[in-house]
Amino acid sequence: MTAHGTTPHQPIFAGDVLAKLEALYPKYPDKRSVLLPALWLVQEARGWVSDDAVREVAERLDLTPSYVRGVLTFYTMYHKHPVGRHFIQVCTTSPCGMCGAEDVARTLVEHSGCGDLGATSPDGRFTVIEVECLGACGFPTPILIDDDFIESVTPERVPELLARYP
Amino acid sequence: MGYPHPIHPRETPVLSQHFGQAAARTYTGWVERGGYQALRKAIGMAPDDIIAEVKASGLRGRGGAGFPTGLKWSFMPKDDGKPHYLCCNADESEPGTFKDREVMRWTPHALIEGCAIAQLAIRADVTYIYIRGEFTEPYHVMQRALAEAYAEGVLGANALGSGKRIDMVIHRGAGAYICGEETAMMNSIEGRRGNPRIKPPFPAVAGLFGQPTTINNVETLAAVPAIINRGAAWYAGLSLSSPKSTGTKLISVCGHVQRPGTYEITLGFPMKDLIYDLCGGMRPGRTLKAVIPGGSSVPIMTPDEVEACPTDYEGIVAHGSMLGSGGMIVMDDSTDLVYQIMRLARFYAHESCAQCTNCREGTAWTTRILERMLAGEGKQSDLDLLLDLSDQMTGKTICVLSDSCAAPVVSGIHKFRADFDACLSRVRPAVMAGV
Ligand SMILES: Cc1cc2nc3c(=O)[nH]c(=O)nc-3n(C[C@H](O)[C@H](O)[C@H](O)COP(=O)(O)O)c2cc1C
Ligand code: FES
Repeated sequence: MTAHGTTPHQPIFAGDVLAKLEALYPKYPDKRSVLLPALWLVQEARGWVSDDAVREVAERLDLTPSYVRGVLTFYTMYHKHPVGRHFIQVCTTSPCGMCGAEDVARTLVEHSGCGDLGATSPDGRFTVIEVECLGACGFPTPILIDDDFIESVTPERVPELLARYP
Repeated sequence: MGYPHPIHPRETPVLSQHFGQAAARTYTGWVERGGYQALRKAIGMAPDDIIAEVKASGLRGRGGAGFPTGLKWSFMPKDDGKPHYLCCNADESEPGTFKDREVMRWTPHALIEGCAIAQLAIRADVTYIYIRGEFTEPYHVMQRALAEAYAEGVLGANALGSGKRIDMVIHRGAGAYICGEETAMMNSIEGRRGNPRIKPPFPAVAGLFGQPTTINNVETLAAVPAIINRGAAWYAGLSLSSPKSTGTKLISVCGHVQRPGTYEITLGFPMKDLIYDLCGGMRPGRTLKAVIPGGSSVPIMTPDEVEACPTDYEGIVAHGSMLGSGGMIVMDDSTDLVYQIMRLARFYAHESCAQCTNCREGTAWTTRILERMLAGEGKQSDLDLLLDLSDQMTGKTICVLSDSCAAPVVSGIHKFRADFDACLSRVRPAVMAGV
């Protein structure tokens, strides 16, 4: 993370990431359709999508930054701000809620040191957010830690799970 | 099979027979299990004959609406010289639904094969498989399988040596339930916000990139190879009830049952047996209170309605709800329906794309009123207010997300009035006094 305006933006689309972007073009009839995958590439490379990144994506895909921002903000999985080193999503929708998901969410918030849903722990290690149905309702409570999809999480399992993510 | 449980003797494992077998995920493992024979056969068929076979099988959409699949395919224009597209709907985000992920996680090649056959039938140039962003494992499994299918020459410029071109692209979503709605999905693939489009034009006329497009659910497409292999008559014969409900259906069961999981039944299978026999019934000491049989968007059923209900399209309608996606939420007598309905309303309020006023405002207000009731600040008139609001939210918007929010509210108030009355009787004295 850099303070705004102090460090010049290092281009994201260079080397491997640029090669991945270019490999996407032939899959779609136009450049605009590459927008969602391009934003995923940005998030994989930088952890979030900054204003500079929005401008860079817009430039690459012949779109305007405001168009890109309009699409970016529609989709909840793109981070519009930096988040903790490990990003935790916990489902609390009815089927999971009926089976104890709210206790899991509370325990995650407490043990991660985040203090509140949506907040990042002071050591920058975790961000915990509540999400709607993760499509694994038979295995309450499913959580995502980064890209790891973990099922049947109970409050008791939380400390051990968090310990795996230094 | 009742993943993660062994196959129950009363299941009919067609799609799920290889769930849980890691080897079935690989190209070699899939071919050993009879994979890609159906595609080979379909390559030798005229597109219209594939469509006729699927029509005759009686296969209906497994994504929620139950539209006959062969009929949908027949709407695609012929010899129009335009590019055609197939979209595979792998957005699976409807609360209670977790069946498509098992198809993708365990039998990715079944889905690829189904998509390839559908692509031939509708003369499509490319299939876009839209997988919700949270499905990290299904996404990786599908990516690997697709790369293998290209490497093995199943897909590409000369699919299975036929000289025909079959191309597929996996497109990853980024968190938005609404992108499961077919026209929202098309916008999302096109790099736009996921707002549903006004119909007409229907997708078969102007869909993805403005071209003729068909969209089908994962389970629908994965059912196609078996139909081509074993014939329409075999599939149509799989029915325990109405001839309008044929084949097998994956039902994902969650909530207060002893063995939640994904089960495969022949359509028409008694709902009661599904809950008590396959899923092991309620937890000890508990009794059944309510069932939402087809994902959170369908009306709630009472135990009386469940009693003699066949699990199929017509049967569930006759017993007060809909088969929908086949995502079944079972609730026992410990459940406060008002709280659960509020939680579902909050889901819809969170997921509304906000372009239609009745949906944007209606889902938010429904949630607020229910929250207020649960906080002990409800009024008797709130029930009429909720019903009136639900009426304004039904049949008045571009897509049916708004209707879906109203369904549990209306059915809940009508069928589980006691829960609402109990909630209202917990009203704080200060509110009663009008302070
Ligand atoms: C708000 C909303 C969400 C939907 N989500 C899904 C979904 O996640 N998966 C799906 O297959 N269909 C979903 N549908 C239904 C699709 O619009 C479409 O009817 C379906 O994919 C067609 O495929 P089928 O005929 O094979 O069922 C949704 C519909 C609406 C209105
Ligand atoms: S409700 Fe939690 S995963 Fe579906």
